[in-house]
Amino acid sequence: MSILLLYDIAFILEKSILVLVLFVITLTVAAYATFGERKVAAFIQDRVGPNRAGPLGLLQPLADGVKFFTKEDFMPNAAERWLYILAPGAFMFVACMTSAVIPWGTELTLFGLNVQLQVTDLNIGILYILGFTSLGVYGIMIGGWSSNNKYSLYGAIRASSQMISYELAMGLSLIAVVMLTGTLSLKEMAIQQAGINWNIWYQPLGFILFFTCALAECNRAPFDMAECETELIGGYHTEYSSMKLGFFLFAEYINMFIACAVIATVYFGGYNFPGVDPGWLGGLMGPIVMFAKTFFFIFVFMWIRWTLPRFRYDQLMHLGWKALIPLSILNMLLTGAGVLLFEG
Amino acid sequence: MSLTVFLILGLASVIFSLLMVFTKNPVHSVIFLILTFFSIAGQYVLLNAQFLAVVHIIVYAGAIMVLFLFVLMLLNLNTDAEPRQSSRWKLGAAIAAGMLLVTLVGALKGGIQLNMPEESNPYVGLAQNLGKSLFTDFVVPFEIAGILFLAAMVGAVLLAKRDVKI
Repeated sequence: MSILLLYDIAFILEKSILVLVLFVITLTVAAYATFGERKVAAFIQDRVGPNRAGPLGLLQPLADGVKFFTKEDFMPNAAERWLYILAPGAFMFVACMTSAVIPWGTELTLFGLNVQLQVTDLNIGILYILGFTSLGVYGIMIGGWSSNNKYSLYGAIRASSQMISYELAMGLSLIAVVMLTGTLSLKEMAIQQAGINWNIWYQPLGFILFFTCALAECNRAPFDMAECETELIGGYHTEYSSMKLGFFLFAEYINMFIACAVIATVYFGGYNFPGVDPGWLGGLMGPIVMFAKTFFFIFVFMWIRWTLPRFRYDQLMHLGWKALIPLSILNMLLTGAGVLLFEG
Repeated sequence: MSLTVFLILGLASVIFSLLMVFTKNPVHSVIFLILTFFSIAGQYVLLNAQFLAVVHIIVYAGAIMVLFLFVLMLLNLNTDAEPRQSSRWKLGAAIAAGMLLVTLVGALKGGIQLNMPEESNPYVGLAQNLGKSLFTDFVVPFEIAGILFLAAMVGAVLLAKRDVKI
């Protein structure tokens, strides 16, 4: 009995530390993604970018954070008080939850202990991610509605209808991957893609569809309808200020980080790289490869943002409903035929 | 351990559903309903049916309630817009609901004596097993449900296309 209890405590402790580390890494990556975004923008627009705070401007995220915290926290008179406060928290919470099922590596050997580099290997991992992405809408809708401002409401309606529309194509393009790999667990998907046997070679169309939908789900340009300044002032967070606004903006960067990690895991082999054993350096090689891939996709997201102009709203809806969904159904049928031909 | 979790989740779902019914503001009601769905999803996880739990979240909390919230936000309901009910209606509603309660209590009282199948597989809720039984034992109802959804989808598209003459 006591041995079992001890084992339980050790297990809980291990997972808690892993969750904490992952949380800190997520926040750090999101903070530095804001810095990276400005640097990439500067690079693309042939400017210097932030370089005043600290060496090479590396303390810029810290300065931004202090700025957010010390700004006046304004609350509109006519706002729904509790929902107004709840919305940024809910958005942030949902954004942080998804990283739990992503396998960052195989095993880490620390002080003779083997630590699994994944918080939990759910047998429905990919559905878990889809579930939490679909909940992301609530933060936006409640925030926009409770501000009691017509621009906020319009922004919320736009952003959430965009997210709902693109979720469909996203789910359908993932179904093709599930059919191909025969599993819903992200860990098993990563294991199956050992070496260079990545899903991208079998699912090029699916990857393009998923990538487009991920851009739209993260409210990134060219799909950043929610923040269409010329029409909507600031979108659903028009009435937010101080760290509440910071939470919304920050959670979008967390979403981007997680979306890139999911792309890397599902289509680009996760922690696998040809010629590199994820077990090297006591298991640290897996996370290094995984993070390298994730950062590459974050860079691509930024690259797209500073290259492509914003779509018009009706174009966005046309693309979502009349191009992406039929294409993802076609991709599903092709994958099904392929699986039947080559594996059945 | 799992009994404690069950009790907490059960209490949470009862409290949230009561709050859902008794809150005046419809948007608050929707949010309490979402919380109720979450506690029910927790019950599914306790029953080792993770697939059902996550699909429950995706379908109900992620899709249906979002549409509810959409409609409520666009309608902008408030206490002034609420139609006043006369006391006769209230009395009638109370009697009807009371009779439903009596019926439910009676039905459940008999239901306790029912024998639950003992040999049911505890892993039937996992995605693989559920899929297998859906496509073997229950393939006809499953396909019929699929056709039903397809018909509903086609109907929705047709309704949205106003200029089409039916």
